[in-house]
Amino acid sequence: MEIKIATWTEKKGLAQMLKGGVIMDVVNAEQAKIAEDAGACAVMALERVPADIRADGGVARMSDPDMILKIMDAVSIPVMAKCRIGHFVEAQILEAIGVDYIDESEVLTPADEEHHILKHAFKVPFVCGCRNIGEALRRIGEGAAMIRTKGEAGTGDVVEAVRHARSVIGSIRQLQGMNAEELMTFAKNNGAPYELVKEVKTHGRMPVVNFAAGGVATPADAALMMQLGVDGVFVGSGIFKSGDPARRAAAIVKSVTHYQDASILAEVSRNLGEAMVGRNVSQMPEAERLAGRGW
Amino acid sequence: MKIGILALQGDFAEHISMLKQIGVDTVEVRLPKHLDGLDGLIMPGGESTTIGKLAVAYDLMEPLKQFGKSHAVWGTCAGAIFLSKDASSDQPLLGLMNIKVQRNAFGRQVESFETDLEIDELMKATGTEHPYHAVFIRAPIIESVSGNVKVLAALDDGRIVAAQEGRWLATSFHPELTSDARFHEFFISLVS
Repeated sequence: MEIKIATWTEKKGLAQMLKGGVIMDVVNAEQAKIAEDAGACAVMALERVPADIRADGGVARMSDPDMILKIMDAVSIPVMAKCRIGHFVEAQILEAIGVDYIDESEVLTPADEEHHILKHAFKVPFVCGCRNIGEALRRIGEGAAMIRTKGEAGTGDVVEAVRHARSVIGSIRQLQGMNAEELMTFAKNNGAPYELVKEVKTHGRMPVVNFAAGGVATPADAALMMQLGVDGVFVGSGIFKSGDPARRAAAIVKSVTHYQDASILAEVSRNLGEAMVGRNVSQMPEAERLAGRGW
Repeated sequence: MKIGILALQGDFAEHISMLKQIGVDTVEVRLPKHLDGLDGLIMPGGESTTIGKLAVAYDLMEPLKQFGKSHAVWGTCAGAIFLSKDASSDQPLLGLMNIKVQRNAFGRQVESFETDLEIDELMKATGTEHPYHAVFIRAPIIESVSGNVKVLAALDDGRIVAAQEGRWLATSFHPELTSDARFHEFFISLVS
């Protein structure tokens, strides 16, 4: 019996198992347990949530492997962890400790301002952020087996998440109306690999699972992203920076399952306590925005 | 014929498109009322803890058990865990099928694998002779079976990865992630 590991089907497949679910940022084992108990389908282990990374400033790096291992011990659901853009040694370390998915993330300070990691070279699957279809397909070309729209992490303002999801999904729709000779020009104009452009045109969807991220703070935000057409939602600062994390986490999980049922959304939105204090992205100086990181 | 797909979380859309390919109508099941008029149910891959919690929160546990007692039900991966009597962990289970499962039995994601399985029952039912290519993702195994459970497939080391008990089917792997519809056809033969 021949056994094959780390195939493209395996890498993409784990993301398919996460669909219709919520992936939550957690900074320790206690938070990871709260997230799992609330119904998270995976957790993202990191030392500081994006809102704190913004507040603290300085260089944001991969988390201490010891802290990630403690979280892996605490829960039975998949554990993801972040490495810096282009920092393939951080990725090697995360693979060595056995995380289930690596997020090559703009939330950390980039280690390379021209190149991303060649993700096909790893056994562990990667998720990467994107603002538009060109960026998404470049990351998939490098081997990302899952995509998330970037939004603007750590703000609690959903406006950028909406902008990026609409851009990606709008481009997929646009491709459906194009004929074969228009595809190369589309590839050129969007900086997207031609073969992947053809694949999106043929199947009418992204070649890998596509979640929303960056600014989701309420059940209504999560359901909004689902109705726009993403496969699931990452929630970072929105849960553990709120007044009642356990309750809000469970409510967001329910809102992603029942995203088309307004009466359930109304029910789960009641009495959640304080949402995270938001930061209005439109009033944020360009230099503070994280979504522009990524090439 | 109408087949329900438990759509609380996981890769239910992949099952729906597989059934569409073989001409079977589907309904997404998120609430008890969605079970009305269905002829069978598929419970997809996903996270079994998430699926269990959502089933409890929306009062689906009892209706799913009642439905399962008189209908064909198939669980893939997380769905198989949810269908089992025992998963050696503290999580909601339907407890229908006489199997004991072990979650994440092969380790973490980097240990996930694909392999070909010889499944006599499947080849007989579909009149085919080639092996079945199975995709395992953070997969459970069926540690032991009891009652009238029939083992359908095992790995070389003897670990059980597919089983049948009457009209109930459990697979640790994901037929919905392949382009081979034989397992879906086999399940439909149990429904009718």
